Amino acid sequence: MSILVNKDTRLLVQGITGREGAFHTEQMIAYGTPVVAGVTPGKGGGWGVGNTPIFDSVHEAVSATGANVSIIYVPAKFAPDAILEAADAGLPLIICITEGIPALDMLKVRAYLDRTASRLIGPNCPGLITPGEAKVGIMPGHIHTRGRVGLVSRSGTLTYEVVYALTLRGIGQSTAVGIGGDPINGTSFVDVLMLFEKDPETEQVVMIGEIGGTDEEKAAEFIRTQMTKPVTAFIAGQTAPPGKRMGHAGAIISGGKGTAADKIAALQAANVRVARHPGEIAELVAERM
Amino acid sequence: MNLQEFQAKRIFGQFGIPVPQGEVATTPGEAAAIAARIGGPVVVKSQVLVGGRGKAGGIKLAKTPAEAETVAGRILGMSIKGLTVKKVLVDPAADIRKEIYLGFVLDRARRRVALMASSEGGVDIEEVAAHTPEKILTVAVDPCLGLKEYQARDLGLGIGLPKEQWGAFAKICQGLYECYMGCDASLAEINPLAVLGDGTLKALDGKMVIDDSALFRHPDLAAMRDEDDETPEERTARLNGLSYVKLDGEIGCMVNGAGLAMATMDIIKFYGGAPANFLDVGGGAKADKVAAALRIILSDPHVKAVLFNIFGGITRGDEVARGILTALKEVPTQVPMVVRLVGTNYQEGRAILAEAQMATAETLAEAAQMAVAAARGAK
Repeated sequence: MSILVNKDTRLLVQGITGREGAFHTEQMIAYGTPVVAGVTPGKGGGWGVGNTPIFDSVHEAVSATGANVSIIYVPAKFAPDAILEAADAGLPLIICITEGIPALDMLKVRAYLDRTASRLIGPNCPGLITPGEAKVGIMPGHIHTRGRVGLVSRSGTLTYEVVYALTLRGIGQSTAVGIGGDPINGTSFVDVLMLFEKDPETEQVVMIGEIGGTDEEKAAEFIRTQMTKPVTAFIAGQTAPPGKRMGHAGAIISGGKGTAADKIAALQAANVRVARHPGEIAELVAERM
Repeated sequence: MNLQEFQAKRIFGQFGIPVPQGEVATTPGEAAAIAARIGGPVVVKSQVLVGGRGKAGGIKLAKTPAEAETVAGRILGMSIKGLTVKKVLVDPAADIRKEIYLGFVLDRARRRVALMASSEGGVDIEEVAAHTPEKILTVAVDPCLGLKEYQARDLGLGIGLPKEQWGAFAKICQGLYECYMGCDASLAEINPLAVLGDGTLKALDGKMVIDDSALFRHPDLAAMRDEDDETPEERTARLNGLSYVKLDGEIGCMVNGAGLAMATMDIIKFYGGAPANFLDVGGGAKADKVAAALRIILSDPHVKAVLFNIFGGITRGDEVARGILTALKEVPTQVPMVVRLVGTNYQEGRAILAEAQMATAETLAEAAQMAVAAARGAK
């Protein structure tokens, strides 16, 4: 077991003919991910990297190939439309890598998705990986090993850092999920924690948060009241000044809210062990193995 | 991106919100001419992107054009929280009976645009939130329906407006909602919305923050960017596709990825140093981008050491190493550098740097300690 993606994943790539889309499709195929279709409107009937058939619409691609997960690499201007198209085609899982989607677009997209059965991961995220089975995203595959630690994070490279440290210690991962750094996203910490709690393969969880919003506080409440598996956390941005956006659109302390200190306090109150710096995360996990 | 008061109020006016018919002056003479055109008492308001202008003496009443010239002369050129006043807004003075707060924000937790209103207008809303939170009323807007009239009426009732004013108040709320959505704002605030002596409502002060991600579809708004909105370094960074925030420490950092960049700042602090900046070079950074980033970091005279932390995925270690060397050729410096490269092509990268005799580190913790020591040694 694992969560969300595995060897039964049949992946569709929206934006497969773009520079990013083509490059990462190649990487995902090289990792062994079953990529079954690509979509680029106007290029249907052609073939993309790895001899992947290209379709004009997601609907067409799904009915021809039985794709069950979509990953989106289209530019920010067109990404909201791409997400809605995937949801309309009934795909249960949609991953949006695209960075820089206007917040109000995501607000409407999310409100629409809440009325469908589709789950969105991202946007502005590295995707997710179940080591050895499916890499659905832009993370370097080779740093991962299969195991029993689940990861969920708002960050990309910081997650790689932690995964790599775990792998070097011989600690494998069940699934690593990047939920993205935008203020309005599709999947929250709580959503993923809930899945890890139910997943028999996952024995403990690492949660990597950052300043901005209250998603970590909600996660702390969930962990305190409903989780039995141990959680180790890190919150990035302890030295970030208020009122300044730290790269990610969602990483901002505004009106005195969303500070690292508040999040750390909430997590500690839920018996979560919070690492003081990223190097400590793997140590804390190892102590619990 | 933050807009100045006069810009926000002009936009409010376009959405049917009553605003004062003021104008902007850059010299005392212009201020006098505007006051003469307005006729009657005016208020001269400094246009700077910080709060607390009134307390700092940046907002003054003037009864005559001559007086407007004098106060504009005093305000123009003054420094408010480190920003020099280059423009003043000259508005007709208003006969204020009551001050209301009205503001739209993005409520992340509820995933809704929320309208907040308070009878305690004219003061910092965060102060009201801290001391008398019960005086702030909020309604959440369904993105499919928009702000409905009853929601605005409820707020009007809740903050104690008499029923004669509910209609005008609701119209302003709906205008501000259209403005918020139409401009892709992340904040649109009227503070105060004044009830005047004749019972009408007017937006006397305005604040707008625009979502940077949406500027591609608002070239008119993008063109309004005020030079005070960012430091020259932040501007250079933005134009180079870099994300940079200046801090007041002494260890410059260059990192790929926002989360890792924040974590790198945190670990510097953990080992007793202080980060000089946040800098995310982004994914797939090529040599020229790395060079631009290094120039920005080194332009800060407080920087005593530089730490590179690159976790290669799409970003290639050898590209970054070459970028560092290119930049160092262009910007010779004595500032010590510590480089930590992991991931794609890291061996090639490290070999390139070793040839140039630069310090390389294996782990982030080790790199941070080396950078802190180097900064101390350089003092």
